[in-house]
Amino acid sequence: MPDLLLELFSEEIPARMQAKAADDLRRMVTDKLVAEGLVYEGAKAFATPRRLALTVHGIPVRQPDLKTERRGPKIGAPDAAVQGFLKATGLTSLDEAKIQRDPKGDFYIALIEKPGRDAIDVLAEILPVIIRTFPWPKSMRWGARSGKPGSLSWVRPLHAITATFGLETEEPDVVKFSVDGIEAGQTTYGHRFMAPSAISVRRFEDYEAKLKAAKVILDPQARKDIIFADAKELAFAQGFELVEDQVLLDEVSGLVEWPVVMMGSFEAEYLAIPDEVIRATIRNNQKCFVVKDPKTGKLTNKFVLTANIEATDGGKVIVAGNERVIRPRLSDAKFFYETDLKTKLEDRLPKFEQIVFHEKLGTQAARIKRIERLAAEIAPLVGADVAKAKRAAHLAKADLLTEVVGEFPEVQGLMGRYYAKAQGEDDSVAAACEEHYKPQGPADRVPTDPVSVAVALADKIDTLVGFWAINEKPTGSKDPYALRRAALGVIRLIAENRLRMSLASALRQSLLLHHRTFSLKEADSINSDLANESFPQGEAFVDFSANVLEFFRKSVWERCVPETARSLAGAIAKRFNDGGDAPFTEMYEWARAAQTVSFAMTKIRIDEIILDERPEVLREMIVDAENFALSFHGSTLEDLLAFFADRLKVQLREQGARHDLVDAVFALGDQDDLLMIVRRVEALGKFLDSDDGKNLLAGTKRASNILSIEEKKDKRTFDGAPDAALYSLSEEKALAKAIGEVKAEASAAVAKEDFAAAMSAMAKLRPPVDAFFDKVRVNDDDPKVRENRLKLLNEIRSATRAVADFSKIQD
Amino acid sequence: MDASLPAHMRPERSFQGFILALQRFWAEQGCVILQPYDMEMGAGTFHPATTLRALGPKPWNAAYVQPSRRPKDGRYGENPNRMQHYYQFQVIMKPSPPNLQELYLKSLAAIGIDSAVHDIRFVEDDWESPTLGAWGLGWECWCDGMEVSQFTYFQQVAGFECAPVAGELTYGLERLAMYVQGVDRVYDLNFNGREGDAKVTYGDVFLQAEQEYSRHNFEYADTAMLFEQFKMAEAACRKYLDAGWREGGNRKQHLLALPAYDQCIKASHVFNLLDARGVISVTERQSYIFRVRELAKACGEAWIHTEAGGAA
Repeated sequence: MPDLLLELFSEEIPARMQAKAADDLRRMVTDKLVAEGLVYEGAKAFATPRRLALTVHGIPVRQPDLKTERRGPKIGAPDAAVQGFLKATGLTSLDEAKIQRDPKGDFYIALIEKPGRDAIDVLAEILPVIIRTFPWPKSMRWGARSGKPGSLSWVRPLHAITATFGLETEEPDVVKFSVDGIEAGQTTYGHRFMAPSAISVRRFEDYEAKLKAAKVILDPQARKDIIFADAKELAFAQGFELVEDQVLLDEVSGLVEWPVVMMGSFEAEYLAIPDEVIRATIRNNQKCFVVKDPKTGKLTNKFVLTANIEATDGGKVIVAGNERVIRPRLSDAKFFYETDLKTKLEDRLPKFEQIVFHEKLGTQAARIKRIERLAAEIAPLVGADVAKAKRAAHLAKADLLTEVVGEFPEVQGLMGRYYAKAQGEDDSVAAACEEHYKPQGPADRVPTDPVSVAVALADKIDTLVGFWAINEKPTGSKDPYALRRAALGVIRLIAENRLRMSLASALRQSLLLHHRTFSLKEADSINSDLANESFPQGEAFVDFSANVLEFFRKSVWERCVPETARSLAGAIAKRFNDGGDAPFTEMYEWARAAQTVSFAMTKIRIDEIILDERPEVLREMIVDAENFALSFHGSTLEDLLAFFADRLKVQLREQGARHDLVDAVFALGDQDDLLMIVRRVEALGKFLDSDDGKNLLAGTKRASNILSIEEKKDKRTFDGAPDAALYSLSEEKALAKAIGEVKAEASAAVAKEDFAAAMSAMAKLRPPVDAFFDKVRVNDDDPKVRENRLKLLNEIRSATRAVADFSKIQD
Repeated sequence: MDASLPAHMRPERSFQGFILALQRFWAEQGCVILQPYDMEMGAGTFHPATTLRALGPKPWNAAYVQPSRRPKDGRYGENPNRMQHYYQFQVIMKPSPPNLQELYLKSLAAIGIDSAVHDIRFVEDDWESPTLGAWGLGWECWCDGMEVSQFTYFQQVAGFECAPVAGELTYGLERLAMYVQGVDRVYDLNFNGREGDAKVTYGDVFLQAEQEYSRHNFEYADTAMLFEQFKMAEAACRKYLDAGWREGGNRKQHLLALPAYDQCIKASHVFNLLDARGVISVTERQSYIFRVRELAKACGEAWIHTEAGGAA
């Protein structure tokens, strides 16, 4: 069967678009072929910077003929209906129609045969449509034709189309079509510089070979293999090792049709710059690989470039040219790095006062303060030194303001670590500057140093709580602040470090810190209004006053109040002195404001006294005030906890845990200790793999089923303790006894967080449960006995709830 | 390269010879060789010969040198290749000819860059000018890993679709000349191609200017005056735009598009100076860019109602 060769030859296609474009071309052409009844044997697509190519082999020469039947009017129908039928089906008379009998009568049937078309004609029809509708991420118009509407859009100007179709043994035919004035033919071109002449091609095999002779390697994988092998070889020959970089390799292979790999070098003095910065400089700006010394693991002063030509001078000029470009780049990087080292990280922090993190969540400075305080709260829970955690949180974001990070955002954190180390910070503090961003994704490493863990948790929780508080949650595929990733990060930090901490209380702390930011922001704006006397006059003052009072209500426990209260008191005094003719409502509001202020001032004074005399009283009052503050944030914390539960479920499932076991544990409710949830699910999974587990589950389910049937029947539940006096059979007594024992044992084990022991305790229920169902008839004729036995069944269910809700578990 | 040139006129010896070689090459391709526009601007694209002429149906082929002022890039003459004033060589061809890439490569050959020994590459670079309301697709052109030119197919300018599309080439002259002359510091470029006492370097011509303008741009530029100038240029631009419309028969015409656009160029440069002085906050910055873009769009609209803009 014949093959199709298609090539779309254009100006340089962006490297990042090539792979997907090749894939799209293959998919679009083959889908369309199949839709046209042309089932092919195989297809492969390729891309170079200047061409997309596709070969589809084993396409039938013709479409199959299509036979369809069409039912017409009844025999004896009016002439108009018959004429319409003939016209629609192309029959010349009713003699050509069949007659079909069915219960409703006899009908004319037309047999329509649609002969299949030649595949080459089908191709000539579908290919231009595919070219015109090709899904480039960005496309453009060009040339004289772009002056008229409807001109072709392509990723860059399209110059030639090759489209041939035919058998291996014969001279193939050109698929005749044209797009925007470009006629499909069988002429393509070789390498832009080394073999630019036209080449006539017949089919894929000679196409690929002729291109190769014209210095074009068609297959991107082949180009990658060449670059990778040659680069490794070049490094190895000098006793070095290539620093492998798949992403860069993909990109570089999309920038050349004929890869020529060469090695250049730079002055060894630049090796004083951190390796990661050298690599970022050389990779991002110059698309070159770096090379390391296998003995030290450090970079050497070499780089590997990939040119697109075999230069007539052997590449000397090219290597020298690249070295000339890399030198000033490294010189800049070195200058940035050395400049950065001259300023201590903490001295950069004041600048964060001017940088807004998020309009509603305040400045970066406010955010850093919150993270510092939260990290200090979390530190003892994760075994970190409080002072170190605070210090690390204090410095961790400072590298964002350094020159190197400004130039290469991907080394943020890492530079913080270098700079912290350089200014003599503690090792853990320096490490946390880098590691507090981790884990960045499911594959990223989870930090283990407690200082890093504390700051990483504080950073992520601050982000999550903040965006939840201003109601910017992820929806569907939209998650612009990467909140799902942050939540997964928190989960992994806790689970993989086996940390015991209440997530709910950490979230609560964080929300209080955010509340403080909100209050301070409001206080700032109120204070500046008061200072400028720019508050509204007359009736409009009512709203202003209401805002001020609301502010006092919300933030009376905060330290931002005294200053505001004092300036408000000043404003009130002034207003009463000059405002003789002000309207009644305004003066009334001023009076109300005065009352609130006097309350606030008194409270501040009293707080100071209590703090001196009875600090524990003040602490209790602060707790009240905190609860009051949190009441302004609705269900933020509950919603966020539910979000964590969802992410945890996803995470556990992705790790292979059964989703029903996860549900069974979550159904217990009030689970905010992530580690306990994980351990329960693990223990439950193991238990259910054992025979005891399986049988107990079966018994529990049987009990649940009977209960739910009888509960429905009686329209009541069977809660409450069974009456021991009503037990008549030994199996009943044995079960009751076992339940009592198991409940106690399991609860004790759960209290010790020994879920394996709790499960073993559960296993003891199995024999009495089995024996009970064997020997005891639940629906006894005596209603009292029946009720009692149902209550006993209910006890089985409640006993198992010590570890999980068994009813959620599937068989 | 023209072998008959005397040594001091050769592009690899002389900065001015280099410019002349480019001008001559593009003149031979049918471009009109313009002189620089007589206003301060951030890039050759701002020249009305590009911004405005890119709009409308009429063919247009031009090439010119444009001094480009980027106040923020001043380094007091201390950086080897960063300056607040440098030259761009700009080519615009509308509609873009089918062999524009080949012409570009030939132009490199004309200034001494041989594609048999140099690695020349077209690397994706989508161009966008927020102040001009313009965008296009194309590449940055690399020579041995160094970006030497921008190559853009204009798709939209001043908020209007380009029909037909113009091809635009921008050569960074100093950088290319440094490469061709083999010097690492821009001030060491041989300007006139002479040697010994007769030699004039780029530094002789521009170093003092770089130092003085860096002081001006970062320290002394009168911000109160500049804020005022921005407002005045914006107001004048609006005024000329409003005054220029004529309703004649069933079509609208504009009679003052070019003078109005001058004020848009002025506003843009004043904004760049204010930005360099650090007196524009991040949020204000966006709003200034928006204001200039609105002017550019209105000028573009006026232009397409002029004769050269294709209205007649």
